[in-house]
Amino acid sequence: MSDHEDDRETLRAEALESLLREKGLLDPAAVDAIVRFYEQDVGPMNGAKVVARAWVDPAYRRRLLDDGTRAIAELGFGGPQSEHLVVLENTPAVHNVVVCTLCSCYPWPVLGLPPSWYKDPAYRSRVVRETRAVLAEMGLTLEEGVEIRVWDSSAEVRYLVLPERPAGSEGLGEEALATPVTRDAMIGVARAKGAV
Amino acid sequence: MPLLPARRPSLTSRARAGLNAAVDGIHDLGGMHGFGRVVVEADEPVFHARWEGRVAAIVGLVLGRGLTNLDAFRHAIERLPPVVYLTAGYYGRWLAAVERLLTERGVLAPGEVDARLAGRETGPAAPWPAAGVAVRRGALREVTHRPRFTLGQRVLARDMHPVGHTRLPRYVRGRRGVIARVHPAWVFPDMNAHGRGENPQHAYAVRFAARELWGGDADARVAVHVDLFESYLEPTP
Repeated sequence: MSDHEDDRETLRAEALESLLREKGLLDPAAVDAIVRFYEQDVGPMNGAKVVARAWVDPAYRRRLLDDGTRAIAELGFGGPQSEHLVVLENTPAVHNVVVCTLCSCYPWPVLGLPPSWYKDPAYRSRVVRETRAVLAEMGLTLEEGVEIRVWDSSAEVRYLVLPERPAGSEGLGEEALATPVTRDAMIGVARAKGAV
Repeated sequence: MPLLPARRPSLTSRARAGLNAAVDGIHDLGGMHGFGRVVVEADEPVFHARWEGRVAAIVGLVLGRGLTNLDAFRHAIERLPPVVYLTAGYYGRWLAAVERLLTERGVLAPGEVDARLAGRETGPAAPWPAAGVAVRRGALREVTHRPRFTLGQRVLARDMHPVGHTRLPRYVRGRRGVIARVHPAWVFPDMNAHGRGENPQHAYAVRFAARELWGGDADARVAVHVDLFESYLEPTP
């Protein structure tokens, strides 16, 4: 997006904000707080903690797969865009990948706001149709025998992928395990990175 | 800007007349061709410009105060002209949609943002009647009726083209699948978006083989699961 367009949108957003403020419908401090929340308090670091816990604690992993919302709430994550969270487990035989073809549905409390590519037409149009090719383009080549399950979050369910634990990560503690768990691995377009 | 150019006044007047025929719109992207490769931005910031964060927060607050609901907001995005949808950028769509929705709700006077931008006096702001009511209830609902469909049951996604908002993607209409997950009940977006009541109902993850959706050449080891509301489905042998 060009700077010129940003200038126009900056002015329009400011005009809208000032009008809503004057009508008593908007508190600028609340706007500041929400922006700070999105920028600092939510993000893939939350989901990575969930994944690392599931890797080290088999009982937690079972709870997570049975009732994602409740198990994720155990770690303190929940709120808007997470009324019903479902966790999908990747295995050597089955790979899960998540999309929202209609808009941008995404599990905010565990992954933060979605990246641009997740919201752009290319991913939304193609991953349901050319699944294996799109994953390969994004750097994830799956063997032909691997079954792929695409999940189009077209209602109010929000999906989080539990990636496979990388080989060579045995003996690592929960904190060290969380580090290489990327946003893309929890959407299902990448693997969790190898041992750090 | 403005995102809805003045030379297309018919769009706003149609919307005001309630003829929001935006089904089968550009937002329903699943399976379309021509958008090229997925472009991944390395180390992408949460917001690319300050205004994007302000708009994201304004939408959250507007929804949180019950000035409108999430389904109506999604529908407002879907009603943007296709060219705007594809070129305005994500938060550009949000900005255009929230302004339009607030205007339709009477929170903003028609043209009020343009007048402010032009430095014209718009008179004292009219206080909005519902101001101060904090409403954020979510869309999940307890229902007493049992789910109509059961795990493993074969279902047909209806071939329907309702006028207005729907969460039934085009690419599964008329296709057969299997119930893979029975979800809880939520407010039905097709009605809630238009203020026609909640009609809460179960949703289901329906598993469609890629070959059912895209023909015999499709990958036999790929299945697409789509979350569909009960009203979108019927039993099939």
